[in-house]
Amino acid sequence: METLEPILAQHPFLKGLDAKYLKLIVGCASNVVFQAGEFIFRTGENADHFYIVRQGKIVIETYSPIKGPITIHTRQQGEVLGWSWLVPPYKWRFDARALELTRAIALDGKCLRSKLEEDHDLGYELMKRFTLIIAERLEATRLQLLDIYGDNT
Amino acid sequence: MATTLEKIKEGLDRSQPWMPNLFRVERIRKETYDTFTFDLETSDGAGCAFQPGQFNMLYIYGVGEVPISISGDPKNSRTLVHTIRAVGTVTKNMRQLKRGDLVGVRGPFGRPWPVEDAKGHDVIIVAGGIGLAPLRPVIYHLLAHREQYGKIILHYGARTPDDILFRQELETWRARFDFDVQVTVDRSTGSWQGNVGVVTLLIPKATFDPLQTIAMVCGPEIMMRFTVLELLKRDLTEENIFLSGERNMKCGIGHCGHCQFGHLFVCNDGPVFRYSDTADLFKKREI
Ligand SMILES: Cc1cc2nc3c(=O)[nH]c(=O)nc-3n(C[C@H](O)[C@H](O)[C@H](O)COP(=O)(O)OP(=O)(O)OC[C@H]3O[C@@H](n4cnc5c(N)ncnc54)[C@H](O)[C@@H]3O)c2cc1C
Ligand code: FES
Repeated sequence: METLEPILAQHPFLKGLDAKYLKLIVGCASNVVFQAGEFIFRTGENADHFYIVRQGKIVIETYSPIKGPITIHTRQQGEVLGWSWLVPPYKWRFDARALELTRAIALDGKCLRSKLEEDHDLGYELMKRFTLIIAERLEATRLQLLDIYGDNT
Repeated sequence: MATTLEKIKEGLDRSQPWMPNLFRVERIRKETYDTFTFDLETSDGAGCAFQPGQFNMLYIYGVGEVPISISGDPKNSRTLVHTIRAVGTVTKNMRQLKRGDLVGVRGPFGRPWPVEDAKGHDVIIVAGGIGLAPLRPVIYHLLAHREQYGKIILHYGARTPDDILFRQELETWRARFDFDVQVTVDRSTGSWQGNVGVVTLLIPKATFDPLQTIAMVCGPEIMMRFTVLELLKRDLTEENIFLSGERNMKCGIGHCGHCQFGHLFVCNDGPVFRYSDTADLFKKREI
């Protein structure tokens, strides 16, 4: 059977990770496929996974009874989706839906959480990597809020 | 004595850069709800040669004069093409112009994008909003001389799908195998199936050789600041990043000081600047 190790080792998010940690992470990984329109997760559900997108496009959205679905961001090939699995109470804050046929590697957050608690070196390493992603999203969201192409900036 | 308007009507006189030359509106296209493109020609068809990135001072009689970049193909010097977002007095009046109306043109002025220096390099173009207009001549040039450049990448960010400029052209460019075109919007509306998120998010995913890449960036100043940070993270050097500056202008020829940007004049020393020459200015407030 094809192992996910070489794919994960090459991914920028995990690049340079100690081989023993990579093995541990591979143990929590599985291949997943979502059809166009399929929900990957919904607001309020347990956040027990995060995803490394291999192909396709995912929209992160919220729902307004008046406006309907409101898109916040899209994620595509090579990007990491989801960090609510790291933050109590481990619930998704938004919906994620595949815009087109999407293949991804799902990483079991529950399984990883216990491993991060057991081994704080691994915990710190992964936290550093997720902090970069969270900081990048925060910066992007601030820029979005500034409405830089509007009349006021 | 002849009035200014009479002098202008006498015809083209490029020896006097403060005297507008008379051009006729030949064609007007609506690009978006607030942006339009018009083609200007002289009655004798002489037109005017320009380099990608240069701008003209466009004058509407009795209203005023504004700097507007040339957005057309540099190969076609007969027609001057300008893409204008109607934001205030002059540009809103320009939107009312009709075919056959006359516009005063002074120019072309300013330093162009470094299309010659970029030969043999990968080129990444990052445009935000109306910033795609001054970069379109670069795209025409690069595609017309495709074999002289490495990878060509365009990252374009707009406010919403309805604000995307040159949509048909973007689709044509995207269909090419030798041009990597990525478009994103800050807010999605309607049936948009493309990327949503700020334009800077596209940069980490682009593939180029950072040591051999020239970046050309144009858009609102905040967008350019964050774009530069992302490009530097990708190991581009400050010398290889070029930005287009925007300041109020009056003379357009380095006399009046209206467009002062630190120790530089945007009209003469720019509008295209090398980031390494202006990095300190871009970081300062109220310059
Ligand atoms: C070198 C250079 C090249 C330029 N190229 C282009 C171009 O290709 N296309 C184009 O549409 N514009 C371009 N501009 C900007 C253009 O010159 C201004 O939008 C124009 O001068 C506004 O004049 P106005 O009389 O219509 O607005 P004003 O009456 O002077 O301003 C009215 C209101 O609009 C706001 N405003 C002014 N300028 C802008 C702006 N750029 N964006 C958002 N709000 C603004 C003002 O803050 C004010 O509140 C360029 C500017 C420079 C310096
Ligand atoms: S506009 Fe007069 S010096 Fe630049």
